Amino acid sequence: MRARELDKTRAHRAIGDRFIQTLRGFKTLRSLSLRHHLLPLALSILAAPLFAHAEEQVHLYNWSDYFAEDTLSDFESQTHIRPVLDVYDSNEVLEAKLFAGSSGYDLIFPTARPFAARHIKAGLYQPLDRSKLPGLDQIDPDIMKSLEGIDPGHAYLVPYMWGTTGLGVNLKKVKAALGEDAPMDTWGLIFDPDKASKLAGCGIALLDDATEVFAAALAYLGKDPNSLAKDDLAAAAELIKGAHPYIRYFHSSQYITDLANGDLCVAHGYSGDVLQAKERAEEAGKGVEVGYRIPREGAVLWTDVMAIPKDAPNPAGAHAFIAYLLDPKVIAKISDYVFYANPNLAATPLVDAKLREDPGIYPSSDVKVHLFVLTERNDRDMRALNRLWTRLKANR
Amino acid sequence: MSQPPHTHGPHTSRLSRLVNIGIPYLWLGLFFLLPFVIVLQISVAEPALAQPPYTQLWEWVEDGLLQIQINLQNFMLIWEDEIYLAAFLNSLWVAFVCTLICLLLGYPMAYAIATAPERRRTPLLMLIILPFWTSFLIRVYAWIGILNTNGLLNHFLLWLGVIDEPLQILHTQTAVYIGVVYSYLPFMILPLYANLTRLDPTLLEAAADLGCRPLRAFLRVTLPLSMAGIIAGSMLVFIPVVGEFVIPDLLGSPGSLMVGKLLWTEFFSNKDWPLASALAIVLLGTLVVPFVLMQRLQQNMDENQT
Repeated sequence: MRARELDKTRAHRAIGDRFIQTLRGFKTLRSLSLRHHLLPLALSILAAPLFAHAEEQVHLYNWSDYFAEDTLSDFESQTHIRPVLDVYDSNEVLEAKLFAGSSGYDLIFPTARPFAARHIKAGLYQPLDRSKLPGLDQIDPDIMKSLEGIDPGHAYLVPYMWGTTGLGVNLKKVKAALGEDAPMDTWGLIFDPDKASKLAGCGIALLDDATEVFAAALAYLGKDPNSLAKDDLAAAAELIKGAHPYIRYFHSSQYITDLANGDLCVAHGYSGDVLQAKERAEEAGKGVEVGYRIPREGAVLWTDVMAIPKDAPNPAGAHAFIAYLLDPKVIAKISDYVFYANPNLAATPLVDAKLREDPGIYPSSDVKVHLFVLTERNDRDMRALNRLWTRLKANR
Repeated sequence: MSQPPHTHGPHTSRLSRLVNIGIPYLWLGLFFLLPFVIVLQISVAEPALAQPPYTQLWEWVEDGLLQIQINLQNFMLIWEDEIYLAAFLNSLWVAFVCTLICLLLGYPMAYAIATAPERRRTPLLMLIILPFWTSFLIRVYAWIGILNTNGLLNHFLLWLGVIDEPLQILHTQTAVYIGVVYSYLPFMILPLYANLTRLDPTLLEAAADLGCRPLRAFLRVTLPLSMAGIIAGSMLVFIPVVGEFVIPDLLGSPGSLMVGKLLWTEFFSNKDWPLASALAIVLLGTLVVPFVLMQRLQQNMDENQT
């Protein structure tokens, strides 16, 4: 599950930009002379709705920063369908809009488990017309197989990107605190009080996500990471409680900036996000070295998928967009930009070698063995887990 | 104030009065009562995996039989689970402390503006209002840059030599207090200012003539007369801060329990709209009680004054 929750900086930057654009708009309006420009302008604004239907639009709802810079403009020039993008920063926000109904979106990008799984159960999606999606046969059969359990016959979902949830590490600071050859690919950095107490000074952050944190704690304890058994949960809760004094904050996106700036030593985070932090740290050139590690005790492997809401106004446009994203050249460019692996086998050779050879993005097969997917839970168990999490965060 | 002369019959004036009274009631009904009833209805439903994600309150069973289902478990859970009570108490405490700080900071500011020469009042007021021109979110966000361990404040204090190591202010309760007081201070100052400018200065002169020292005159004349402003400002700060979500979420420590955050968790993470609605109803209840009490107090005072 990749609840890349609340990537507020970006969303809010977008709000700020829009605000500035509006201000600029006012300024231009004022600098135009009224008689010569404003009247035709006003007329064209009034007339715009009359011609609006002539232009086909497709409304996309995706994670912030989850396309390449030219993904949308290229689609428009290829198909003459205008893509309108809204961004969200957590699966939960997307879900709330979907469940409320009439979201107005044609294509959404939820995380497969548990989100898309329960959307299918609740009947929120419409089936795909596979005849319009010829590129589907290039998708990695392993990943398709992993979705079979929640989407039998692949009626609703097309995988978009996948990644893992592991550890972002400030290499120099962790070495300084734990010694030159201390292993970094272990959840022990967070859950072993001996190590965590030494790292607390330079900062440890956990994701604010009950499922992810419990999966990590259970994996560290050598138990089934999806376990809901009372004893297992109690043991995991005890472990998290023990680590609580050493944890600076629980947040699902703040760590990107903080890792890049050297404000954190260890962050529990999503592969691509940590790698973005690494890139930013390199760009800043202040000597901060960030690394991404997949813990040897096991880590979550998640897949983000594409789906068309049942009440989508333009399902044909959504199909056109999925078909466009199934083009290996297009999706390879997006991977290069967002640092996540795409499931398109034909695209793998086109992805930048730097990413392809990065074990954090394309893990080796002996690391892959330790990865696991999250299983679906019923709502009652999920709520109990989330309430337990609220209590743990408040240290009660 | 003098009434405008009546040129029309009594019928039109009654109609216009009806419209005048009707519009606010219509407004309240449409934008307060109706949403409240909807939230109330969801709060006694059960969560369901459907669109919308809760069960319907009533259902037509065959033969014209109407079945109504009311589920009070949500309210019981809020009552039984101490975490909700703790969150409520914490939110009320935070709101109380912030209101107090706003009052202590805002009163002198409002007083200074109200007693400043007339031509200076508008620029001074503008200084209070101007920050509103920037989005609330951006202003709260700016505090992250200021309070960060690598932020402006720490750099400045390190440069001054006051501290040797950066202070960890961001993600603590202190940061929440700073953010809330900063954001809500204008809501305290503006009603206080409006109240204090109406204060008759001759009353203070009279007090002085009767041998009252300035401090005593302030305590016995100005302060009681500005009570209405104090109450209005305090309520404008207290009520929204109790349910505040954005500031604690951006600046606060993740462990701090606030009702707003719990509401978010129940609504988004748990997809439990009924429990979230029940929390909202309880929150409204806890706010209405002090509001009504304040209203009473103010009424009594107005009557005493006249």
